[in-house]
Order: sequence, then C-alpha cells, then structure tokens
Amino acid sequence: MAHGPAKGITRWLYTTNHKDIGSMYLWFSFLMFLLGGVFALVIRAELFEPGLQIVEPEFFNQMTTMHGLVMVFGAVMPAFVGLANWMVPMMIGAPDMALPRMNNWSFWILPFAFAMLASTLFMEGGAPNFGWTFYAPLSTTYAPPSVTFFIFAVHIMGASSIMGAINIIATILNMRAPGMTLMKMPLFVWTWLITAYLLIAVMPVLAGVVTMMLMDIHFGTSFFSAAGGGDPVLFQHVFWFFGHPEVYIMILPAFGVVSAIIPTFARKPLFGYASMVYATASIAFLSFIVWAHHMFTVGMPIAGELFFMYATMLIAVPTGVKVFNWVTTMFKGSMTFETPMLFSVAFVILFTIGGFSGLMLAIAPADFQYHDTYFVVAHFHYVLVPGAIFSITAGVYYWLPKWCGNMYDETMGKMHFWMAFIGLNLTFFPMHFAGLAGMPRRIPDYNMMFADWNMISSVGAFLFGAAQLLFLYNVIATIVSGKKATDRVWEGSHGLEWTVPSPAPYHTFSTPPEVK
Amino acid sequence: MLKQAKSCFAWLLGLSFTSQFALADDVKRWGVNMTQGVTDVSREIYGLHMDIFWWCVAIGVVVFGVMIYTMIAHRKANGAKAANFHESTTLEILWTVVPIIILVIMVIPATKTLIKVYDTSEPDLDVVVTGYQWKWKYEYLNQDVSFFSSLSTPQDEIYNRAPKGPNYLLEVDQELVIPTKQKVRFLITANDVIHAWWVPDLAVKKDAIPGFINESWTYVEEPGIYRGQCAELCGKDHGFMPIVVRAVPQAEFDAWMNKKREAAAAIAEAAKQTLTFDELYAQGEAVYQKHCAACHQADGKGIPPTFPAIAGSPIANGDMRAHIDRVLNGGQGMPPFGEQLTPVESAAVITFQRNAFGNNTGSELQPIDIVNFKQGL
Repeated sequence: MAHGPAKGITRWLYTTNHKDIGSMYLWFSFLMFLLGGVFALVIRAELFEPGLQIVEPEFFNQMTTMHGLVMVFGAVMPAFVGLANWMVPMMIGAPDMALPRMNNWSFWILPFAFAMLASTLFMEGGAPNFGWTFYAPLSTTYAPPSVTFFIFAVHIMGASSIMGAINIIATILNMRAPGMTLMKMPLFVWTWLITAYLLIAVMPVLAGVVTMMLMDIHFGTSFFSAAGGGDPVLFQHVFWFFGHPEVYIMILPAFGVVSAIIPTFARKPLFGYASMVYATASIAFLSFIVWAHHMFTVGMPIAGELFFMYATMLIAVPTGVKVFNWVTTMFKGSMTFETPMLFSVAFVILFTIGGFSGLMLAIAPADFQYHDTYFVVAHFHYVLVPGAIFSITAGVYYWLPKWCGNMYDETMGKMHFWMAFIGLNLTFFPMHFAGLAGMPRRIPDYNMMFADWNMISSVGAFLFGAAQLLFLYNVIATIVSGKKATDRVWEGSHGLEWTVPSPAPYHTFSTPPEVK
Repeated sequence: MLKQAKSCFAWLLGLSFTSQFALADDVKRWGVNMTQGVTDVSREIYGLHMDIFWWCVAIGVVVFGVMIYTMIAHRKANGAKAANFHESTTLEILWTVVPIIILVIMVIPATKTLIKVYDTSEPDLDVVVTGYQWKWKYEYLNQDVSFFSSLSTPQDEIYNRAPKGPNYLLEVDQELVIPTKQKVRFLITANDVIHAWWVPDLAVKKDAIPGFINESWTYVEEPGIYRGQCAELCGKDHGFMPIVVRAVPQAEFDAWMNKKREAAAAIAEAAKQTLTFDELYAQGEAVYQKHCAACHQADGKGIPPTFPAIAGSPIANGDMRAHIDRVLNGGQGMPPFGEQLTPVESAAVITFQRNAFGNNTGSELQPIDIVNFKQGL
C-alpha cells in the first residue's frame, strides 16, 4: 500500500496527492505575490515624488489594475487553498481530499489563467487599465482590446475556485475521522468550510458579471450602457455582490490560521471556541447584505444608504468578538514569541486597526469624504496585508517543519518579521493621512501637499518587498538544509496534524485515527 | 555596519524632510486630518469623523492595553504558568452588547446628517456638472451660461521641466463660480465613463454617471476658492481633471454671469470672421496642444490602437466633412468636441491637423463652415 510519489515532472503534472497539490498552490501563490509586488513597487516608485518620472499615466493604470488582480486572485486566494489542501485532511484525520482528480485540475488551470492575464501586458493597447474593480463602461466601451483575455482569465480563476471550494466542502463533510464531530473541528477547518460556501455562492456571480461585459463588448448588448437602455450602476451592484463576500473569503481562513497559532504559543486553549464558530458564520451571513457600502456615492436612495450603513456597522460586532477572544486566549497564558506567534500577534493588532478604519468608512456621511481616497487604500491594505498575508506567512512558519521535516532559522524568521512589520506600517499608515488630507486613489501624480507621506510610503514599500526575499531564502534554506524537526514541533501544539511524523509521510491517515 | 546603517537612515530622513523638489511656501504639508470644510454639512461630517475616530481610539486603548500587558506579564520566559480557562458566557454577552450600544450612539447623528445631505429641495441655483474624459462641463441651468473647465497646469511642470506651482494639478482654466449664502444644487452626470465630483471643503462627493443625474447641494457662507479632484478612476488622465470652485457674493456673481453671457455673444460674432491660413494654423496648433495632445500626443503619433495617430490618418487626409464630423461629434471612443470648442477653434484645429505632422492636404476651413455644418448645411 505504502508507495511514494512518482518520479520527475509527471509527479507534479498528474498528482492527486493533497500534499503535492498544496505545495504547488503555495509556490504558485508566492510567485504571484512577487509578481504583484513588483507591480506595486512600480506604483510606489512613480509616487515617490510629485511629477511624472518613471511611467506614463496609461501604464500606471495598468499597474494598479494588475497589482490588484494578481494579489487577490493569484496570491491570497491560492495561498489559502494551498494551506487548506495541506492541512484540512491532516486536521480532520482524512487520507486525502475527497475529489483528488478535480483537485489536480483546479490547480493546473490556474497557471494558464495567469499566463493569459500577464500576457495582456505585451498586447497592443496594453493590459487592463480600469482598476481591479473594472467598473463599466470604462471596462467595456472604453476598454483596451485585451479586456477579452482578462474576462476569460477571470472565468478560469472562478472555475478553479469553485472546484476547490466544492472539494473542501466534500472533504470536510464526508471524510472526518470517527469522533471528529463538527464542533470538535479545528477553527481553521471551520473557517474554510464557511469560506467554501461563500466561494460557491459568489464566484458564479463574478462569472456572470464578466460574461455580461463580454456580451456588451462583442455581441451588441447594453447591460451596462445607458445609451442602450442599460445601467452602469447595475455593474457595481453585481460586482460588489461578489466583491464583498470576496473580501471575507480572503480573511476568514486567516482567522482560522491565527486561531490555531495563538493557543499553541500561549499554551492555553482557544477562548470561546463556539462563539468563534458562530461569529465566523455571522460575518459570512452579513457579508451578503452589505455590498453597497462600496457605493455610498453612486446616488442610492436614502433608504438604501441607511440600510447598508446599519448592516455594515453590525459587522463590527462579530469581528470584535473574534478579537476579544484572541486577546483573552493570550491572557494568563505562558507565552513565547516564535516567528509564527509574532506574525499572529501583529495580525491581531494591525487587523484591528484595519477594522477601526472600516468602522469609520461605514459611517455613510463620513464616507463621502473618505470614499475613493487613500484612506480607503490604507484601510483595505491594513486588513489584507497584516490580515491575509501575515496570517499566511504565520501559517507557513508554523507548519513548514511539519511539511518538510526541517526547522526554519528562528533568527532569520524574526528578522523577516520585523522588516515586514516596519515596512508595512511605513507603507500603509501614512496613507491614512494622505487620504484624509484629500488625496484620491489611483492617481499617478499629486499635489505637493501629499508629497511627504507618499515618500515615506514608497520607502516602506521597498523595505516590505526586501523582507519577502528574505522569507523566500529562509524557506528554501529550511527545506534544503534545516535542522531536523520533532513530530510535535511546538511545545504547545495540539491537533491531529502533530501526531504524524515530520516530515508528514506522503500518505497520512490511511487508517482513520480515533478522536476522543 | 552600524555606522553605515546610521548614515543610510540619516539619508532617508533627509530625503523626506528636505525634499528634492521645490516646494512653494504656501503648500500645506504633513496634513493628517480631514478638512472641517466651509459648510454646515462639512463641519457635521467632520464631527462624525472625529467622534467615530475617538471611539476607535478608546476601544484600541483597552484592547491593545490588555494585549501589551499580557505580552509583558504572561511570558513563559518570566515563569508564567498557563491558566486553563477557555469559556465565559458572561464575557461573550458583554462584548457583544457593549459594541452594539456604541454603534447605536454613533448611528443616530450619522442618520441625521445623512438626511440633511440628501435634502436637495428648493435650491436657489442649479448647476449641471458633466464629467468628460478628462474635464468638467458646468452649465448654469436656464441661465444661458455653460463652459468647460480643464487642467491648466502646464505639461512642463508635470514632466519636471519647470518648478511646480503651489496649486499643481489643482488649477483649471475656468473656475466654477457660485454665489455665497445661496443653496446651490449640483445635477451631476457624465458623458462617457463614470467620474466623481469631489470638493473636500464642501464635503460634496457624488459619482457622475452617464445616463443618470445625481443630485447634491451646498451652501457656502464665506467667499473663497475651494479645490477638489475627480475621485473615480475614469481612464488615462483621471489624476488630471481637478475641480476649482470660487464662491463670491451674489452681486459679484451676477456681474460674472453677465460677463460670461457677453463672452458667448462675442464667440458667436467671431464665428462670422474670415481668417488667413497662417492664423488658422497657429491658433489650431494651440488648440491641438490643449485638447488633442493628451491622447493623440504632441507629435501627432498617438498611442495606437486606443488613440490613433493624426499623422497620416485617413480621416485627417480624407473627406473634409468626415473630419469635421469626427471632431464635432466624436466616435470610436473619441469624445465629441462640438460643444467645447468655439467655431473658430474647431476650424483652426481641423486646418492644423490637415496640414501638420506631414499631412499635406493644403485645405483650410473657416469658422462659418463649422456653423453651417452644425446646422446641417
């Protein structure tokens, strides 16, 4: 029965093994993270000083668009799917994912989608230049020809996400070891189960909206063209009906990762497990009824404006519950601060700051001043970078010894953390100020009154970028020549994944474990 | 090593504090907060912003305070032993209910302000604001005054060939003038893609959407100049379509309106004159640089395929009426210029395009031809 992986390239092409596929997802997402990061650095380099120095406005817009698309669909989402592939079966005592062939397929269509998206940079007319939110009619009537390739790439990414989500739901609902009841599952498994339902609910909506664009562009329909009886605002409603749950898709699994790490290094069980599960479900539900808070300035009737303001403010309640639970988990623990814990503590603090600015943005009248300024850019980067990215990084440091059997270099890990932490705050904190002072987002040039904050942001961005190269080096060095790790790895670790040897064998839990 | 790091840090500080570019003294630097603005509504919004900000600070102090305390006090290195509590229904209820109370406290004033912002009834003056790629058109409803307002910052400042003025990228050729102590309603729409009309001091930000008319309003008490920018990504020159509003007392406003009407009459008169080829060419070149070069480029080579070249263009070298039609009415993604160019300017720029960049039609156009074309003659 026990057999290892196939030899050569076919191991990766044909594999149905959840660990192989998880690794491919993670490497792919890191590659996309670097690519999206390069786009971000082009933006920050141009914004270093007022005036146009490095790129033209046309290319600048392509960079903001591609940065957003690559980071959201190429870096964050696949990274979480990679973590799920590796960890969900091992956490619930399953031998593999429920649908292993579909698992292979859902990964392998991704590189093609992103190759197609990236190739638009070299096309006549350039890459998509209408922002990652691609509002019509800028993205339809006024779009460059490459928009068709963008649409097809989004279709493929959506198909990949839907297949991944189906697989995760099927695995969690059908393949738990005996005794692993739903309310015994690690929180990472819970958050991913809920995320998977969100994905299945909203990715088809995204596919629908890009298909309507395709029809408008090539087949003479007028869904989004007022001249033909359509409505450009319809686009925004449909897009954000996808887009708001999408932002929770990028943060709920992060909650799960952090909820695994903090108890380990506080050496104390997670506080309020059941309330964490209910809070996650509440956030997921609320995510479907708040979408138009992205559209407070489109001219909705006041009743709609008020409804979306109230519903949005409500999100603060379950999110607050989560933060309070993490803090109480730490309280009276016996804490150590290894790299995963550092990233997780930073996650709690900085994500909360992002939550605060989110609460401010929810106040509709105040949003008239915040909307589409750098304040918004600061807000969503505070929830996505120290939120999604830090939790993924924490997860990698936390589980890497289990994956490859070797311990990473702690000093280098801490150095990575502090560089990333300082770099990110230097980059994104001044954006709050620039935005409040009146700087609109998505502009390649600005008045001198915003110059100082922008210069600091640009310096911070390059520091943050450099930190990621150190991360890459540390991971490779660990895999190649790290010290041997124990099976438990961490003194305070609990859960099925720590009961298997390090590195985890190619097949784990061929015989289901008994969960008491 | 340390010394190197130090000098590197000093260099960075130097970069950010004594910046490399010339800064005018009257530029407000290091701004950290939202403007209070100059209207009742903007001050109310500022108040809401500060209220919610201080709530966040208060919650932050408690949450981060506990975190920092626990990270210092409960370290394994200090011999802390882990407790084992992991549930408390009382706590969970407490930290669900308290945030809800705070939200209700915030929501009441926010709702009141929102209702005020939405009350666009009974204005003293209506201004139709239309967003174009990449300029604004202002039309005083039923007053026979309308004009375009576009960026007046020279390209040399943008491309760092000249020092930047204090209102860099926030200056326009024609300001929107409104009377003080009057309720001015803005009817906001767009001609091509979605834009957003935003003036921070008035706390007015409303999307300009093609095919739809949004409403907003302001009531400015003190005369002054208030600057803003387009806030919705609208294509290449999104960052280059500022808004300047000048609020003046009613009498001054009336005088300004009369002057605008006279200027319109003068333009109609000018359309009757006949110009020489050289006059047309010279004036056309100026119009081209101002209105056409952003897309078709100063050298007429364009950025194909989105922005086709004028040099060798089949339109600029072909049928005259097709050329006039394209300039006045737009097409294939190009916006119409018929309304924003005077007949003299249209005739001049078409003459210029047909004879510049190696185009050699030798043809020229008089303002009256444009007037006739517009009338279908």
